[in-house]
Amino acid sequence: MLSKSPPVVWRSRIYRYRLIGCKCKNCGRVHYPPASACPYCSSRDLEEVELPRVGKVLSYSIVYAVDSDARERSPVILGLIDLGVTRIIAEITDANPEDIKIGSQLEAVFRRIGEDGETGVIIYGLKFRPVI
Amino acid sequence: MCAARPESSVGIRGWGVYIPRFRISMVEIAREWGWSDYQWKALGMVERSVAGPDEDSTTMGVEASINALKRANINPSDIGAVFFGSESKPYAVKPSATIIAEVLGITPLTMASDLEFACRAASEGLRASIGLIASGMVKYALVVGSDTSQANPGDVLEFTASSGAATLILGGSSGSAAYFEGSFSYITDTPDFWRREGSPYPRHGEGFTGEPAYFKHIVEAVRGLMDSLGLKPSDFNYAVFHQPNGRFPLKVGEMLGFKAEQIKLGLVTPIIGNTYNGSALIGLARVLDYAKPGERILVAPFGSGAGSDAYSLIVTDSIDESRERAPTVDYYIKNKVMITYSQYSKFRRLLRVIRE
Repeated sequence: MLSKSPPVVWRSRIYRYRLIGCKCKNCGRVHYPPASACPYCSSRDLEEVELPRVGKVLSYSIVYAVDSDARERSPVILGLIDLGVTRIIAEITDANPEDIKIGSQLEAVFRRIGEDGETGVIIYGLKFRPVI
Repeated sequence: MCAARPESSVGIRGWGVYIPRFRISMVEIAREWGWSDYQWKALGMVERSVAGPDEDSTTMGVEASINALKRANINPSDIGAVFFGSESKPYAVKPSATIIAEVLGITPLTMASDLEFACRAASEGLRASIGLIASGMVKYALVVGSDTSQANPGDVLEFTASSGAATLILGGSSGSAAYFEGSFSYITDTPDFWRREGSPYPRHGEGFTGEPAYFKHIVEAVRGLMDSLGLKPSDFNYAVFHQPNGRFPLKVGEMLGFKAEQIKLGLVTPIIGNTYNGSALIGLARVLDYAKPGERILVAPFGSGAGSDAYSLIVTDSIDESRERAPTVDYYIKNKVMITYSQYSKFRRLLRVIRE
């Protein structure tokens, strides 16, 4: 049985590919990834918005104990990134840990983010890298 | 008087490339496998690019396409055809073209398919796109050439097989950065290089890849183009050939009567390697990064199996508007991190690892 089911991968593709979040029409706040209700005021009156592709590092963590399918890119850097309208957590790529500082400017980039073994689906999505 | 060729109504609206930042030197590869330095010096090589562990031909194709879209400055949903040329598809069955079209916001009202013809697949997409646009069937077409080329470890191919991508967005000639004057294809059944179903690495016919394959097909395609347009080598400011190594493009150019000065700007393989479907198109992109209005460019991709297409392009006044909207080929050439052979082996998954 697939551990990463194709329907789940398919349903999430648009916000993973294009950095699409949701803006609440009631409280005006933006969240990512999209949810069926606003995480701040619970309103279901939401609209999809495209988020800025450039942001700043608010905090980050260097992960050495990674999944076996991430072994080739260990250590993995996970960042809390401020996009202005909201904050998101994403992997930081194309950088060594010493390259990343609080406040570093990053931009979204399309990469492989996982796979279901050697024969299952490949999961693509957005990571962040230092701005080029 | 000749009727206008259909190609002249079609032009390049945007171009974009992506070259991964990792590089491995020829010295490092030769040291690992005990090759003499003569081996890589004879190929005219210095170093080559390597895709990172979270990259493949699809992700690189997306990056090149985003750059091309920035230059084209068009609405993605106006693109009616997406062609992805590669011989290193992440999926044997399932198109990369649909992924790229979805990421860019081109879906769902579009054609999309992956093409295979060794290093020439994307070029077939270009000729098909010219026809689709000239006939009025689609407004814009996006053609991607992208490869993370494979080489059997220890094979001489390891010196050149690299990673990179190029995207061209074609549309009507009005407002394009360069328009086509003509195109010409020359195709035969020639087994110079192949990879069998299920085989992880390609095989090649050593010297057989040269005279009857690369040289024969490019010479015939370029001569066919020049004859049909009434042009001679000195009429071109630049000539870009498929570049499997650093020597072949100079030699085929000489055979056709081109001078090294016409070829050098578009010759990128010595410093980034052979990016297969990206090879001639990255060379063309570098020429577009510098070319001036009115200049004429010859482009001749080649693919084993075997075939070549030759195109003549005229640069227009619009080229300066779009040039600065995306990173140039030279930016990616300079943006590099040298890696060891063991890092290369790990990144490209040449090591046998049991995943838990």
